[in-house]
Amino acid sequence: MATLKDLRGDQPTWCPGCGHFSIMAGIQKAIIQLGYDPHEVAIISGIGCSGKVSEYVRTNGFHTIHGRSLPVAQGVKMGNPALKVIASGGDGDGYGIGVGHFVHASRRNIDMTYIVMDNNIYGLTKGQTSPRSDHGFVTTTTKDGNKEYPVDPIATSVANGATFVAQGFAGDIKQMTEIIRRAIEHSGFSHVNIYSPCVTFNKVNTYDFYKERLTPIAAPFDDRDKALATIREYDGLVTGVIYEEKRDDFQRKLNVDFDMQSCVSGTMDDDLFRKIEKQFQ
Amino acid sequence: MRDAIEWMVGGQQGEGVDSTGELFAKTLVRYGLSVSTYKQFMSRIKGGHTNYKIKATKDRNYYAGDGIDILLCLDKETYHVNEEALNEAAVVIQDGKELIVENCTTTFGIAYTKFTLPLKKIATEIGNPLAKNMISLGIAAGLLELPDDQFHSFIADIFQKKGAEVIDSNKRAFSKGVALTKEYLQAQIDPLSLPAASSQLFISGNEATGFGSLMAGVRFLSAYPITPASEIMEWLSKELPKVGGTVMQVEDEIAGICFAIGASYSGARAMTSTSGPGLSLKTEALGLAGMSEVPIVIVNSQRGGPSTGLPTKHEQSDLNQMIFGTHGEIPRIVLSPATIEDAFYLAAESFNLAEICQCPVIVALDLGLSMNKMTVPAFDTDRVVIDRGKLLTAEEAKAYNETHFKRYRFTGDGISPRPLPGMPHAVHTTSSNEHDENGYISEEPQNRTKMMRKRLEKTRGATIQEPLKLQESGTKNDLLLVGMGSTYGIIKEAVEELNKEGAITASHLHIQQLYPLPVAELQQIIQEREVVTVENNYQGQLLQLLKLHMPIHGQAKAVTQYDGNPFTVRAIVRQVKELISWQH
Ligand SMILES: Cc1ncc(C[n+]2csc(CCOP(=O)(O)OP(=O)(O)O)c2C)c(N)n1
Ligand code: SF4
Ligand SMILES: [Mg+2]
Repeated sequence: MATLKDLRGDQPTWCPGCGHFSIMAGIQKAIIQLGYDPHEVAIISGIGCSGKVSEYVRTNGFHTIHGRSLPVAQGVKMGNPALKVIASGGDGDGYGIGVGHFVHASRRNIDMTYIVMDNNIYGLTKGQTSPRSDHGFVTTTTKDGNKEYPVDPIATSVANGATFVAQGFAGDIKQMTEIIRRAIEHSGFSHVNIYSPCVTFNKVNTYDFYKERLTPIAAPFDDRDKALATIREYDGLVTGVIYEEKRDDFQRKLNVDFDMQSCVSGTMDDDLFRKIEKQFQ
Repeated sequence: MRDAIEWMVGGQQGEGVDSTGELFAKTLVRYGLSVSTYKQFMSRIKGGHTNYKIKATKDRNYYAGDGIDILLCLDKETYHVNEEALNEAAVVIQDGKELIVENCTTTFGIAYTKFTLPLKKIATEIGNPLAKNMISLGIAAGLLELPDDQFHSFIADIFQKKGAEVIDSNKRAFSKGVALTKEYLQAQIDPLSLPAASSQLFISGNEATGFGSLMAGVRFLSAYPITPASEIMEWLSKELPKVGGTVMQVEDEIAGICFAIGASYSGARAMTSTSGPGLSLKTEALGLAGMSEVPIVIVNSQRGGPSTGLPTKHEQSDLNQMIFGTHGEIPRIVLSPATIEDAFYLAAESFNLAEICQCPVIVALDLGLSMNKMTVPAFDTDRVVIDRGKLLTAEEAKAYNETHFKRYRFTGDGISPRPLPGMPHAVHTTSSNEHDENGYISEEPQNRTKMMRKRLEKTRGATIQEPLKLQESGTKNDLLLVGMGSTYGIIKEAVEELNKEGAITASHLHIQQLYPLPVAELQQIIQEREVVTVENNYQGQLLQLLKLHMPIHGQAKAVTQYDGNPFTVRAIVRQVKELISWQH
């Protein structure tokens, strides 16, 4: 069984106090609790401060491009259904440039977990507004305050068919670890949004800001309308597993006896060739 | 006896033009003829002129031909759109109120016979109003004196599911067509001589690409529908689940390539297929594959650009994008099959090269090659042997005995042994950021320099079995016509025509490996020769590419056509002559 030491990869370069540290710890702890070896897990990340998590947690890691962790991660799961696949990235990565993939991953329901480190800002590019920034939020690109309204991530995944939707807070590692563990255990697409204060560029959405405002949800809903109503009621400021449903995941529904990796060096399969060739004769 | 026949059916889209063309083509294939086809169509589902062109010959042909011997008009436009292509003594068949045979002349002074007949009425009398087009095929078969029995057995095969009455009425319709020919068009056209039966396939470039990929072991294709590439995903959708794989139609082309990169990273042979607009969207992820050294095959079937351009028309204008597209510098390989059989072999070879060099391979098709069927000699499964390069087994990976496997280990050839995620003792990091041997981010200048060299020098020796196809005239310092993709058959005939006329002696070179370009071999071939590239784009992208690699600025020109249609032999011959007379 893996220990925390086994799961340590490259030396993190995040600012001291960054919420992303806690999320990394939550992922590591959940993997330990579930008893997985590092080689059984693949973390596929996008680009941002958050995206570096695939290099800092020592499992198989693929640090991809901005906004594309989800399509790469879903492909990874298709290529090897036995892998435990976690996609991760920031709010800009997932709800801005990559939001199309997020909606489709939600409805597709491939068995994997998507963890978003939501700091309501673009960290790595040094403090511009994000699709999660509040209306009125002042940044280097919204000098007079943000004129747009934020994306509602958990309502989006609930509304679009995700079968597990949860929200955590970097200020509560215990609850967050529990959520991540359950998300990984869930069979199907699990979406976990985690508030992760950016101590360097976001002076509004701080640890205290969230501590004062977050309300835990006792048990997940199995009714999408009720989950949505609750998310709305608390203006998205809830924590816990909000929605959970048992449904066959995408690969099971395909009903294919997957044989993705059997291709070996050597001659072509002549029997298969003869069978198919007939179509063209 | 004649050795070749050029036949065309034209009409409004949605009127069965395609099915009639396909039916006739398949029948000609049954007689053992070599058949090339070309479909003209518009970017709409109903209405608009469409046609299906066939050339059938006793010996192997590679091009659907410039002319028309038999033209079947299902609408008024067919004649006007295709009048210029009519050969001397052609027969034009059209629907009309009464049966009339007329001797006519085209506006270009070509004599032809017009056969008007009440097709619908005759078909109704036979008992199957839908068999109208079968009567016309009977007329064509009658003109060419094709043996009836084979045609009848083919009718029985295709209408098998529809029952005995449909089969019988179609046979009656066919026989009626033959009888009408005997009565009204006696000896109008020389009968077609038939070859001895041979084992050949009748297949499109898209199907051959899917087939070749499947035989190479592909198990995963993710893509977004787009003409003229959709059939690749449609064909594989049908075949892959049978072998434990799948096709995924994903949300956009970015997802198309990213899913495939993911699946390849985790061990499957994976690909995506697209056309120009999709390739534009994929270019950032193309860089991801190049940087992270994940093998991937991208099939790009070119159509008329830019932007939405001419979505259902032929063009070869993505060359620059395929070779230079994406920011920064990555290793890549760009292949371009000249014929449909080459599409099969190159598809298979592309997966080998992608895994041997651990880089993206782009297979460049074009609409002409993708969507049209042709007879080809049966494929040889021994020709391409699957080679997964430096992919490690779990045991081999374990033998390295590393806590964190060095995915980007420096080696002599720049290619690092590749374990798969999921292998015990082979946990590793793959990255789009510049990285060290561990895959961890590194901005250290010396490491950067080494890594750049490692990646960019990987493809140096990369080569396919037949990077160049050369047909020499045998005369020293003759003119060299150079092409890529589906123009193979057309240029081949144009060169034959030029050499027959005699004023210009020419050879034909077709480049199948566009990048890295086999420069040494090319230089050997070109030497002092004058070069004319023949390409379907405005800028002469192939010419530019050759000039980039070789000092041929004073001796090279391009013949181009970018109107959405493929070249005709006539057009190439004319343009080459104009170029040469202007130069001398
Ligand atoms: C296609 C592309 N556009 C822009 C960038 C620049 N970029 C890097 S990270 C980033 C935003 C990061 O914000 P977020 O995803 O919220 O992650 P955080 O740094 O806040 O964790 C941007 C815009 C890029 N790398 N790629
Ligand atoms: S900039 Fe913000 S998000 Fe990035 S590491 Fe620093 S605190 Fe974390
Ligand atoms: Mg952010």
